[in-house]
Amino acid sequence: MNISLRWLQEFLRRDLDAADVAARLAMLGAPVDAVEPLHAELAPFVVARVLDVGPHPDPKATRIRLATVDDGTGAPLTVVCGAPNVAAGRSYPFARLGTRMPGPQGFRIEPRPIRGVVSEGMLCSARELGLGQEHDGILLLDTDAAPGTPLLDAVVLADTRLVVDVTPNRPDLLGHKGVARELSASYGAPFRLPVIAGAGRVDVPAARLTGASDAVGGLHLAIEDAASCPRFHAAVIQGAAVGPSPDWLRRRLESVGVRSINNVVDATNYVMLELNQPMHAYDVSRLRGATLVVRRARAGERVTTLDAVERPLTGEMVAIADSEGVIGIAGVMGGASTEVSAASRDILLEAAYWDPTRIRRTRRDLNLGTEASYRFERGIDLWGGEAAMRRCLELVLATAGGTLVETPLDLWPVPTHPPRIFLRPARVTRVLGIELPWHELERHLVAIGATVVSKPEEGRIAVDVPGWRPDLRREIDLIEEIARLHGYDDFPSELQRFRVGRLPDAPEEAVRSSVRRGLVAEGFYEVVSLPMGAADGADSVRLLNPLSADDAWLRRRLLPGLVRLVEANWANRVADVRLFEIGTAFAAGAPGERPREERRVAAVLTGRREPAHWTGSGDAMFDLWDLKARLEAAVALAIPDAEVQVEAQGWIVRDRKGRLVGEGGPLKADAPPWAGPLFGFELLVDPAPRRPAPFAPLPATPSSERVLALLLPEGVRVREVESVLRRAGGALLERVDVDSDYRGAELPAGTRSVAFRLTFRTPDRTLRDSEVDDAESRLLAALATELGVQRRDGASRTGG
Amino acid sequence: MPSTGYPDLDALLPRLDSIPTLTAAALESERTAILGRKSGRLTAALKTLGALPVEERKRYGAAVNQLKLRFEAAFAERAIGLEAEARQRESMGADLTMPGRRRWVGAEHPVTKVMDEIVDIFRELGFAVATGPEVETEWYNFLALNFPADHPAMDMHDTLYVDAPPAAGERAGKLLLRTHTSPVQIRTLLASPPPVRVVIPGMVYRNDAMDASHLPAFAQIEGLAVDEGISFVDLKATLDHFAHRFFSPSTKTRFRPSFFPFTEPSAEMDVECQLCHGAGCAACKGTGWMEILGCGMVHPAVLENCGLDSEQFTGWAFGMGPHRIALLRYGVPDIRLLLGGDMRFLEAVGRPGGA
Repeated sequence: MNISLRWLQEFLRRDLDAADVAARLAMLGAPVDAVEPLHAELAPFVVARVLDVGPHPDPKATRIRLATVDDGTGAPLTVVCGAPNVAAGRSYPFARLGTRMPGPQGFRIEPRPIRGVVSEGMLCSARELGLGQEHDGILLLDTDAAPGTPLLDAVVLADTRLVVDVTPNRPDLLGHKGVARELSASYGAPFRLPVIAGAGRVDVPAARLTGASDAVGGLHLAIEDAASCPRFHAAVIQGAAVGPSPDWLRRRLESVGVRSINNVVDATNYVMLELNQPMHAYDVSRLRGATLVVRRARAGERVTTLDAVERPLTGEMVAIADSEGVIGIAGVMGGASTEVSAASRDILLEAAYWDPTRIRRTRRDLNLGTEASYRFERGIDLWGGEAAMRRCLELVLATAGGTLVETPLDLWPVPTHPPRIFLRPARVTRVLGIELPWHELERHLVAIGATVVSKPEEGRIAVDVPGWRPDLRREIDLIEEIARLHGYDDFPSELQRFRVGRLPDAPEEAVRSSVRRGLVAEGFYEVVSLPMGAADGADSVRLLNPLSADDAWLRRRLLPGLVRLVEANWANRVADVRLFEIGTAFAAGAPGERPREERRVAAVLTGRREPAHWTGSGDAMFDLWDLKARLEAAVALAIPDAEVQVEAQGWIVRDRKGRLVGEGGPLKADAPPWAGPLFGFELLVDPAPRRPAPFAPLPATPSSERVLALLLPEGVRVREVESVLRRAGGALLERVDVDSDYRGAELPAGTRSVAFRLTFRTPDRTLRDSEVDDAESRLLAALATELGVQRRDGASRTGG
Repeated sequence: MPSTGYPDLDALLPRLDSIPTLTAAALESERTAILGRKSGRLTAALKTLGALPVEERKRYGAAVNQLKLRFEAAFAERAIGLEAEARQRESMGADLTMPGRRRWVGAEHPVTKVMDEIVDIFRELGFAVATGPEVETEWYNFLALNFPADHPAMDMHDTLYVDAPPAAGERAGKLLLRTHTSPVQIRTLLASPPPVRVVIPGMVYRNDAMDASHLPAFAQIEGLAVDEGISFVDLKATLDHFAHRFFSPSTKTRFRPSFFPFTEPSAEMDVECQLCHGAGCAACKGTGWMEILGCGMVHPAVLENCGLDSEQFTGWAFGMGPHRIALLRYGVPDIRLLLGGDMRFLEAVGRPGGA
């Protein structure tokens, strides 16, 4: 909401400092996003009086003259002037030498000779100052200000625009009066409506209350949909002279960014900006059938609005119609056919209240938001229409003349009162934590315009809230007002006793942080990416209103996003990339079920296994085995009890119930030739709480190691050998490690040699060599029978 | 050194003793002299065995073999020692200004670090972590939180709707991506009677076009305290305490009135601008303040929607955006950097001490 500081000053009748106003409004709940000085570029211009006007010495320069000018500095200046209206004894805006003219390409006034005479400054036109389009002559100032007075002090021009951030609960702050009321409370000073020059010439009578239909100025008015339009004020002025608005009105509207149109339309906009009552003016001569009806639009009806767009209407929208059809969309935008123009003489003014929800839906369905719809959907003052109509009539009569033909009409089928709320001072104390004296409560309530109907009685007081505060509906709303006006800064800030909450941590939180710590320790960097993208399989979940067609689906997997991030790094010529993400993946649920959400972890790695070093130790690239170890470590953290199984060129992970809960392996990507191979994995994160691993006593006896070099026939895999070793080794065999994997021509065809390092131990005594020998023989026998695996001849018998 | 019982072998014992002092070159020639295949002394001694009587052969042979093992062990030990000496000499002479050997380090995302830090501070104050689904119904996301249907307050949340019907038996309304973590307030209050003290970290979604300060998905962290006798003073004191712990004990704060449908009175907390410390700069638009969080007393209607007696219980809640706080903390100019996986950025902000 744009607010004019000068307008506020007129309400409060005192000088206001923009920064101070902004600070106060912020602390009242209406932060000021910007403070914009208007016409600040005119600061160097001064008022100058022309002392004398004479001809230019060059006889051919008939259209320019020499003016002798007093700019307040003492010595009269000679100024060359081409304007026809320069006259001795009058005052004009003056640019001294060195002044920069307004505008982006504003030039500097230099002492340049014009036809042989040096001009010592410039008398300016309105257009040259950015104050209007007139440039037939220089701007004659109607001022008594002494020569040398800054222009901005002499003429009502300077203003500051405050861009106020108004929350949806405070429609009253969408008018200057509402903002002035807040400041009045803050400064402890009274406020009242600014005086309008020429107003009060006509005494506007009180409106005549009537029902759903009546007549005014020969027009028949009717509300057929009272739910959408509970109240409608109307008045008719005849014989108005529609034309340009006076300067003050034009500047006032421009100061808040509203374009001036004509004196009637400007008057309606002025009232909206001042009192937050959007109004509308109709050209009576263009109403068909001397009738104006508020009714639901009929499906298929169309209307061309003021912006010259023809719009189709639906039965859910409220229309203003004459006897022939729709002439306006209620609360949103008037119609072009009855627009007030310079030719208009008789004017119908409307100040109505429209149901906020209906206006909101209409605005959305038409995709047509206006200053009026913005206010109506937030809720204006149902009881404020009469005052707004009076203000508007005074303004039109003062600026456009004409005659108010009849008492204004107030169509109000079901009169109501603003709500009454009961406030318990004890409740105020309980919610706010401080005890405020009764007179302070009352002072704050009065400041917002509420009426305190009774003194505390049975622990409560009755409060009638003002119509412009539709947000005040229950006791807590008043408590907020009291806290706000007391000042949040004035509350103490001391920690109080508290009871610890009953709930324990969500278990997934601990799991997620342990997975995260594990991957960080492995050298991965965490990323947090957007979960929207292209469809990824039939059970992807679609968004109904995506930002773009490219982002219309929710991710089913995290890995594809990570691969794109790797590619982006490659594009930056970064080869060493290790990323992980812990996030949510979405998949369509079973029919009748909501989409499934899974917390998952995914990681990718490519590039050097360790940072490059001058010794050459960092030259190796990450390979499949680096991935496998990290995959297994992540499985242990994210989904313990799951098993990593070989699948094609990589691995899959299955939980104890056999469900697929993860995968890992080499990844395809758009890789530059210098990039290392890319690997990655993705796992479900099981939120179940983890139990700490039980402690196994440290061994007190020495172990014996044996290295068995085994010949594995084609098709026999290490995991199978391992499981035979473990089974046959029994309790004696503590661990099995793979020492080497060798293929060579000297081995029997179709075999490879894998050396296993076996560690034997018993917890209670030192093993004898013969016991280990026996165990080794048992293992070799089992391997030979079950897998056809033999010891490699000539391999060393003992290791370690 | 015990005698072998054979003078010729005993004569070799001093040479055994002197092995630990041999140079690399001397070690090699000594090995040849003792164990060499052609002229080694012990090799020669073994060659004489054949000429000895059986008993004598056994005894003498055992003595030679034993001595041979001792020599072998001594030579091996010296070889290892020489190698170690060589390595030590090498490192003594090395240019120690050469770079050391690093290993890869990783880091949590800056937003995660901020969230963890916030959670830790609130844990000290008796809060636990609560979580909830990211796909929500309108009831949990809006209606239960006192957003009036079809009200301009909804415009504060540009909502992304999900193309799926809500599950049977679920609280009414269309499915959407939660626009704030506040629906977890509702789920928590429905699940547990007060006293409730939880913080709720998580991702939230808005139908906002991406630019330097907006993302369609970002982190939020929310806090909720509900019990008997909780007041606005508790709210202010707790959040002040938080600001002093998170920023610095001398950080100034201020509370401004604001509007959220689910709290009343509502407030926004500003902290002194962390860049200019209140002097006013471009980052704080000259105000000297930075908005950090929204908060307020839990609206009685929210408690009532969760089946709680709003006369008996009061509470407060707050919500803040770790993405925005991470921008402030790390001086990151564009929020989109937090979204990408640019290793150069992640390494820079992930450096120890970078937090």
